[in-house]
Amino acid sequence: MRIGILALQGAFIEHEKMLKNLGVETQQVRLSQHLNDLDGLIIPGGESTTIAKLAIDFGLFDDLKTFASEHPVWGTCAGAILLAKDDQSNPPRLDVMDIHIVRNAFGRQVDSFQADLLVPSLAHLNGSNPTFPAVFIRAPIINAVGKKVEILAQIGFDKIVAARQGHLLATVFHPELTNDDRFHRYFLEMIPSK
Amino acid sequence: MTETTGTFAVKKGLAQMLKGGVIMDVVTAEHARIAEDAGACAVMALERVPADIRADGGVARMSDPELILKIMDTVSIPVMAKCRIGHFVEAQILEALGVDYIDESEVLTPADESHHIYKHDFKVPFVCGCRNLGEALRRIGEGAAMIRTKGEAGTGDVVEAVRHARTVLGEIRHLQIMPVEELMTYAKNIGAPFELVMEVHKTGKLPVVNFAAGGIATPADAALMMQLGVDGVFVGSGIFKSGDPAKRAAAIVKSVTHYNEPKILAEISRNLGEPMVGRQISTLPDNELMAERGW
Repeated sequence: MRIGILALQGAFIEHEKMLKNLGVETQQVRLSQHLNDLDGLIIPGGESTTIAKLAIDFGLFDDLKTFASEHPVWGTCAGAILLAKDDQSNPPRLDVMDIHIVRNAFGRQVDSFQADLLVPSLAHLNGSNPTFPAVFIRAPIINAVGKKVEILAQIGFDKIVAARQGHLLATVFHPELTNDDRFHRYFLEMIPSK
Repeated sequence: MTETTGTFAVKKGLAQMLKGGVIMDVVTAEHARIAEDAGACAVMALERVPADIRADGGVARMSDPELILKIMDTVSIPVMAKCRIGHFVEAQILEALGVDYIDESEVLTPADESHHIYKHDFKVPFVCGCRNLGEALRRIGEGAAMIRTKGEAGTGDVVEAVRHARTVLGEIRHLQIMPVEELMTYAKNIGAPFELVMEVHKTGKLPVVNFAAGGIATPADAALMMQLGVDGVFVGSGIFKSGDPAKRAAAIVKSVTHYNEPKILAEISRNLGEPMVGRQISTLPDNELMAERGW
């Protein structure tokens, strides 16, 4: 199994370390040809405007869209923003997942926070702990989801922070900044075996 | 569920999101817009870029909050602002404004000649400059959640940035292979907290993100710093003191992503217009060296 990590800007090394610790082969993706022969892709956190601009300037944007229509892709924070439905706001979205997402929805950096998040879908990966130590950095919020989207975690009644639609996974927080690899293992389970 | 703000993980986490990116000095909202459009991962809001601070002389202080707020209103990317070394009230004001990062910076005139700010007391994260590992670890000990090598700001001469990055990264490599019984004396000699020396010995890297700053003026300069092993770059005067800021800014952003691809670097370095007029650091009098500030 080979998993790509979009390495245009942001916290791609953290994802790479997580996957390597799980014994998974990784590939940093900076150009379209790096997408060849990958079984899945992670779009990391970073600045979504920067990542989108670099993807467009180097002709990667449409190839990411095509890749995401056929393969498992997980977006964390900025990555989740890119996966969302195109709503004409900045930055341009890949428009592959039926979610609407609002940037910096919790406020500025002084409002960034950590919280133990209830994520029932992770239960089978560790029977004893029903919560996940989530780190939210100037995080966006998923404020609307389509019918095919499964909500994996939310804060209160209205703030959706993790969602899945078939082979696409979006989290607005950063499992790669923790020592907890359950979300990475959850994503690896989404990769079809050859 | 409890939401805890201002933790060290959250402060350090934002710096991790900035990695592989370019943080640009901007002095107006219009500059900030150009920087964001060019792909900056954050902007540093200030009244004068270092080259002008150098030229004007006088006391350089925190920027007018009005200017900082205008820039915060204009862009969606993180906005940083500078306070003077040791000036914790300027830092309190910047935190109250809601800036995303504070740079306790040698580019401004120091307010305290012996002490830096105790940064653990703040919810807003701090970035601080360093010239060597001891200075980096002292700042982290005080609570800095991000480090940048100082270089010599406002010169367009990359030589000090290279010296400081090589020094810090070289000292880390040296520390890694030291036998444990030498660590305490080493900590004493470089004036760094023992626990942090121990941590770097074990991990082989700083516990926080490390950018380069001070004198970076071209895509090649930025890629040079990346190849030396820093996590990203600050560009101060190098962009808005050049002939075509938008084009140069976009090129430097690309050079930090593709720092290991000489063919791409060659392509993006073409036709960028005039770079900033540099000042060779070896010709500057000692009292004009900003990097010496910091204790």
